[in-house]
Amino acid sequence: MSIQEELQAVIKEALPDVSCVIGWREGPEPLRAAPLFVRTPADADAFRSGYFAVNNPAVFLPEYKGGKVGVVVKGCDARSVGQLLAEGLIRREEVKVIGFPCNGVIDVDKVAVALAGACDPGEIQAAREEGDELVLTTPSGEIRLRKTAVTADKCGRCLFPNALDADVFVGDTLEPAVSADDYADVAAFEALSLEKRMDFWEQEMSRCVRCYACRNACPMCVCREHCVALSRDPRWLTQSDGVRDKMFFQIIHASHLAGRCTGCGECQRACPARIPVLLLKRALSRRVEDLFAYRAGVDVAGPPPLLSFALEEPKIKERDW
Amino acid sequence: MSVLKGQELRIIGFLCNWCSYGGADTAGIGRFVQPTDLRVVRVPCSGRINPLFIMKALLYGADGVLVSGCHPRDCHYAEGNFYARRRLEVIKALLPALGIDPRRFEYTWVSASEGRRWQHVVESFTMQIHDLGPARRLPDAPELDVLKMVAAE
Ligand code: SF4
Ligand code: SF4
Repeated sequence: MSIQEELQAVIKEALPDVSCVIGWREGPEPLRAAPLFVRTPADADAFRSGYFAVNNPAVFLPEYKGGKVGVVVKGCDARSVGQLLAEGLIRREEVKVIGFPCNGVIDVDKVAVALAGACDPGEIQAAREEGDELVLTTPSGEIRLRKTAVTADKCGRCLFPNALDADVFVGDTLEPAVSADDYADVAAFEALSLEKRMDFWEQEMSRCVRCYACRNACPMCVCREHCVALSRDPRWLTQSDGVRDKMFFQIIHASHLAGRCTGCGECQRACPARIPVLLLKRALSRRVEDLFAYRAGVDVAGPPPLLSFALEEPKIKERDW
Repeated sequence: MSVLKGQELRIIGFLCNWCSYGGADTAGIGRFVQPTDLRVVRVPCSGRINPLFIMKALLYGADGVLVSGCHPRDCHYAEGNFYARRRLEVIKALLPALGIDPRRFEYTWVSASEGRRWQHVVESFTMQIHDLGPARRLPDAPELDVLKMVAAE
C-alpha cells in the first residue's frame, strides 16, 4: 500500500470518532491541491497526500474547538498544531492528529520561474512526480523539472519532516535534511545596507493589495473578525493605499506572531503579489530562539516565552546609559 | 530650547506613570536642563506598552522612540515590566529586518527619584538620534489627481 492509501484507510478508521478529518484533495489546477473535509468513508477516496499537498490544514482547527476533529499533517503542519495546543487555542483530546513522513512540497512560484517562458503555468494540463523529477504535461509536450529547483524553501531547512506528537503515524520516519535552522535567509538580507533593505520593502509592499490572504492563511492568526487591522477604534490602519499602511499591516502580523510563528510559510505562499512576508516573521523567530531557546510548535513543554518571564534574563543585555 | 543646535527631531517617549514619569518630574522640579526633542506619552505601566506603539511611531513620523519603566522588581504592578522587557527586546529585532536603524529605539528603567539619571538618558538618547539624523519615511498614498484638482479650484 502506498502512504496515500494507508492514510485513506486510517482516515476511514478515525471517522466514527470525529466529525470530520481534514486533509487534501486534487485542486482546480494540476499543481495545486485543495483542502478536503472527509465526513463519510466515501469522501476519503478523494484524499491526496504528497508533493502538491501544500496548504496547512491546521488553520481550520480552532473553528472546531468544542467538537472532535481529525487532521492529517505534514511535519510543519504538526508544529502549528503543537503551538495551537501550547496556547490553549485547541484541546489535545479534541483533535486526532494523523502524521506521515513528508518529502517536501512544491512552490508553484518557482515552477513559473523554472519554466522560463517555455510554457505558461496556466497551460499545464497534468503533473506527476517521478523520482527526483516533476513531470508536467503541456500542450507542447512533456516538460521535466528537477524537484530540487521547485521545492519550497522551507523544506530545505526542515528539521521535523515527521509530524511531532501524532496519534497515528503512517510510514517510516525520515531523517531531516539539516540539523539546525541557520536563518541564512535573514542573515543574507540583513547583510544589505539599511537603505537597501528599506528600498526592498518599499518596492515589494507597493504591490500589496491589502487582501489579507497572508493573515487568513496563517494558522496562528486566530482573531478572525477581531483583527486589529479591521478595528476603527483604535484605528491602527487607514483605508489609504500607501506603502506605509501596507508595511504597517505586515508589522502587525509579524509582531503578533513573535514567539508563535512556526515558519510554515503559508502567509507568503498565499500572497497573490508574491511578497516575501515570511522574512519578517523569521527575523523575530531567530531572536526568540536566541533569547529564550524556544522554537514555536516544538519546545512547547512550558508556557510560550512572551506569555511568561524570568526575574533574571540571562540573554537580555540591557543598555547601561 | 534645544541644547542641541539646529533642527529639532521628533522623539516619542513612552513612560510609566509610577517610576519614569515621576523621574522626569523630578528632573523638571530640579530644573535639570534637557533637550526638548522628546514628547512624552504617559502610560500606566511599561507592561501596557503594545510593541505596536513603538512601530507605529517609527513608521508614521518619529525619528526615535524611548521607552522607560520601573526597574525590574520595582514595578507598581509587580510584573508588568518583566513582560515588557521580553516584548521590547524581541520587537527590536524587527527594526533591522525593515531597514530601520535599531538605535532609533531604546528602552531603559528610571525610578521616580532618579532625576539626574533621567536627564542623562534623555541627553544621551537625543544625541544618539541626532547622530542618526531624520529618519527615512515610507511614503503615504500618492495624492489622487482628482483631489489635487479640487484643491486647486
Ligand atoms: S517543511 Fe518539512 S514537513 Fe513541511 S512540507 Fe517541507 S519537508 Fe514537509
Ligand atoms: S497576501 Fe500579499 S497582497 Fe495580500 S495583504 Fe498579504 S502581503 Fe498584501
